[in-house]
Amino acid sequence: MRAYMIRRLLLIVPTMFVVTLIVFFSVRFIPGSTIDLMVAEMAGTSGEEVDRDALERALGLDVPVHVQYARWLGVWPQRDGSFHGLVQGHLGTSLWRNRAVLSEILPRLPVSFELGILGLLIGLVVAIPIGVYSAIRQDTAADYVGRSIAIFFISMPTFWIGTMVVIYPSIWWGWSPSMELIPFGEDPVGNLAQFGLPAFILGMYTSGSMMRMTRTMMLEVLRQDYVRTAWSKGLTERTVILRHAVKNALIPVITLLGIMVPILVGGTVILEQIFCLPGMGRLLIECLTRRDYPILCGLNIIIAVFVLLINLAVDLTYAHLDPRVQYK
Amino acid sequence: MKGKIADMAATPGKKDREDREEKRRSLVMDALIRLVREKPLGVIGAVIVLGMLFVGIFANFLAPTGYNEMSLASRLRPPSGENLLGADHLGRDILSRIIYGARISMYVSLGSSGLGIVIATIIGIISGYLGGKADTVIQRFVDGWMCIPALFLILTIMAVVGPGLVQVIVVLGALYGVASSRVIRSAVIAIKENQYVHASKAIGARTRTILVRHILPNVMGPVIILFTVNMGAAIIAEASISFLGFGIPPPTPSWGGMLSDSGRRYMLQAPWMALWPGIALAVVVYGINMLGDALRDILDPRLRGRLGRYGRGKVAAASLSGRPGRRFKRGKAAEQA
Amino acid sequence: MGEPETGAGKAMGPVLEVKDLKTFFFTEEGLVKAVDGLSYTIREGESVGLVGESACGKSVSALSIMRLIPYPPGLIVGGEILFEGKDLLKISEEEMRHIRGNRIAMVFQEPTTSLNPVLTVSRQLSESLALHRGLNREEARNEAVKSLDLVGIPDAHARVNYYPHQFSGGMQQRIMIAMALSCNPKVLIADEPTTSVDVTVQAQLLEIIDDLRSRFGTAVIIITHNLGVVARYVDRVHVMYAGRLVESAPTGVLFSRPRHPYTRGLLRSVPRLDVPRDRELTAIDGLPPNLARLPIGCAFEPRCHFAVDRCREAPPVLEEVGQDHRSACFRNHELE
Repeated sequence: MRAYMIRRLLLIVPTMFVVTLIVFFSVRFIPGSTIDLMVAEMAGTSGEEVDRDALERALGLDVPVHVQYARWLGVWPQRDGSFHGLVQGHLGTSLWRNRAVLSEILPRLPVSFELGILGLLIGLVVAIPIGVYSAIRQDTAADYVGRSIAIFFISMPTFWIGTMVVIYPSIWWGWSPSMELIPFGEDPVGNLAQFGLPAFILGMYTSGSMMRMTRTMMLEVLRQDYVRTAWSKGLTERTVILRHAVKNALIPVITLLGIMVPILVGGTVILEQIFCLPGMGRLLIECLTRRDYPILCGLNIIIAVFVLLINLAVDLTYAHLDPRVQYK
Repeated sequence: MKGKIADMAATPGKKDREDREEKRRSLVMDALIRLVREKPLGVIGAVIVLGMLFVGIFANFLAPTGYNEMSLASRLRPPSGENLLGADHLGRDILSRIIYGARISMYVSLGSSGLGIVIATIIGIISGYLGGKADTVIQRFVDGWMCIPALFLILTIMAVVGPGLVQVIVVLGALYGVASSRVIRSAVIAIKENQYVHASKAIGARTRTILVRHILPNVMGPVIILFTVNMGAAIIAEASISFLGFGIPPPTPSWGGMLSDSGRRYMLQAPWMALWPGIALAVVVYGINMLGDALRDILDPRLRGRLGRYGRGKVAAASLSGRPGRRFKRGKAAEQA
Repeated sequence: MGEPETGAGKAMGPVLEVKDLKTFFFTEEGLVKAVDGLSYTIREGESVGLVGESACGKSVSALSIMRLIPYPPGLIVGGEILFEGKDLLKISEEEMRHIRGNRIAMVFQEPTTSLNPVLTVSRQLSESLALHRGLNREEARNEAVKSLDLVGIPDAHARVNYYPHQFSGGMQQRIMIAMALSCNPKVLIADEPTTSVDVTVQAQLLEIIDDLRSRFGTAVIIITHNLGVVARYVDRVHVMYAGRLVESAPTGVLFSRPRHPYTRGLLRSVPRLDVPRDRELTAIDGLPPNLARLPIGCAFEPRCHFAVDRCREAPPVLEEVGQDHRSACFRNHELE
């Protein structure tokens, strides 16, 4: 078990490395456009000639791309000789606001986090029972209904539902979601109410795929020899399903969580936009328009780290739950 | 005695083999036949998908007006005789825009899914078949790629390369390609370990032959499933990014784009602007997913062949005179039962 | 070794009667008649061997007794299975549930996959005890330890809390036997109990089954394709081919005076130590039958050295050829 844990932890290193490569270079595809934008804006407001070169140097964009990458990583010295990068825990400085990227992102974290967790929980609560039931009643009407519901949920474009949900009630009842974030500390009920609707939509969407995964796993487990043995002992259907089958089927479903996280994150981007929640998703959109590379990189990195950690947790939990891995 | 054996060898066994070869001839045909027979929902899905393709291809003939014909007089007109689904804030007929939108969705889904499959197959086969160092390196790359949420990456890249149909297709294609390569790789590894691949190698078959003869046909199942699944995902993804303003720029009618700014701004006065694109999206994606689901049930080797359920211990004795069940009526079983 | 001990079996009445059992599978290739009119009886405490090649229907017949035929695609379409005064094919699922694991129990071929990997052995053993005999947790656990002892698992007290994968294949099979016998059933069905284990372990397992049989008076049905197993450990042998019974006799009689051509072929194909090594092995000509396309006549006819025209017209029925000895061949009385 310990050897497995160590191996698993070590695996993170090369993967993170790849992530940094992808994030950095996908954002730096066309260098200079930020400068163009900035120059345009500055020239517009101040009406003066802007020194492009000076701007470039100030923003550290005057050196070749691979040097920028190395500096950003923290393995190459900055202009003043110090090391100030990822490895040291610095995500860089926003190009537009001259604040540390981390300080821009951190306050937004809890919002997205809360939305994601609530969405996931709702999704699980809906998906697993329906998935299990669909499997044990395979090919009956209940199964078809269950599967149709699952597909229905995945097919709903979240942004459409979100938009409908925001607009129509305001037409009919004059209600619209609050523009300001209601922090949990101040008003738990209000906070949950505010997150409830977007979390519900997110949950429904994710429950679609989780439902199908659960069903598939259950179906596989139900065909196993040990389930046949359980039947041959004369156990009730309830016992066979709940004690013998479900436990085995849910273990792989846990690995689903690792896959669901990126999807959840994607969902939060849209829902935060629609419901005006100040989370990381909204930050992403804002920075995209501004071409604020450091924040973009920073966001992607943080999310990637998060995903990696979740996957690690999932793998370790899996190893813990499956006795075959544990006692090897 | 010898004659007897030769006789036996000549008759039942040979006929079996011939029959089996015929059956194996076309996976696609087989899948189609089973689809029609067993999965009515899948057929509905297929019909919807074909409908979208049809509308997309013949948009020019089907749409009452062009997709960008503005008309001040018709601004924000509700559904009426002239504009069956209403008109938008620039007086453009929404029905026509929806129809042309189908064409965009068709391009996006087929294009990115197709590109994705090609990429996935290449990566999957190289990584799975070669194994070793190449595999490890490629897999680390794929791992890293999968850590970054798709939407984040798409938006980031789109912001950099700029909006446009081709850009969307290429980006989505690359994304799905890498993500789907894992599935292909598992399939390749599973087949690679099979005895008959070992046997082929033992008789000195060239790598290319092995790949084409053994690996490729067995990968077709997952490929078809992935293609349909990604089609649906691509449409939603494109709609999402167009909605956020980073996808296909106006005036090209993308269903997602129709839902975004202008759709929302005029929501109160003209809710139909956002309603129809959403419905179109939902219906098409639903159809694609239905089809994909049915195909997966048919083609997934793990789920293939009904193994039924224990514990329903049915005994037909009482109903011997009746039919054992509707589902057994097909084919020879019905004749012999 | 001679004829096995049959004392316990002879005087008792029948405990399980299979009458004209028919189990069919409705597949895409056609109708598969896995079991087509099987009839036999087993008496209290008797041990019976059900022998035949793969896919001859022996396992399906066992699952049919337990009513564990997956539907779709399988279905028991006819016959009777009389047990304790009831026809098992007519009682409700609820009643059948009380019989499974309790009055009739089964041991399966692959112990590794037949035990639930995420539950401890103690749990899996206690289940049926708690359910059928109403024991509470504590009592059930103690019983579980006792039964592990009985099948020869060392250090049962500690090992009862292990997971199945921590045991070897032979031990796992012993656990399965313990599980099956925990509620003291009247009939134990062992489906290829020794096929997946080492030769040395095979003998041990069979000894355990035999020992428990004489101790508790359980009737045992051993399903196997291995004649060696049959020779030593069963009182009677039933030979199956293509879903039908082709010969049935007490063990000694079957081995010394086989009548059906198939049985003869089987016995002849077993390699023997007392025969010169350079002699070729004899196999039964031809291929196993395709159960979806059985001929109208005798199913064995294509491979039979003694076949005549009559054999192609209709399937032969079982008839007496000696004391307690039946065979299904048109040429029963002509051949010697």
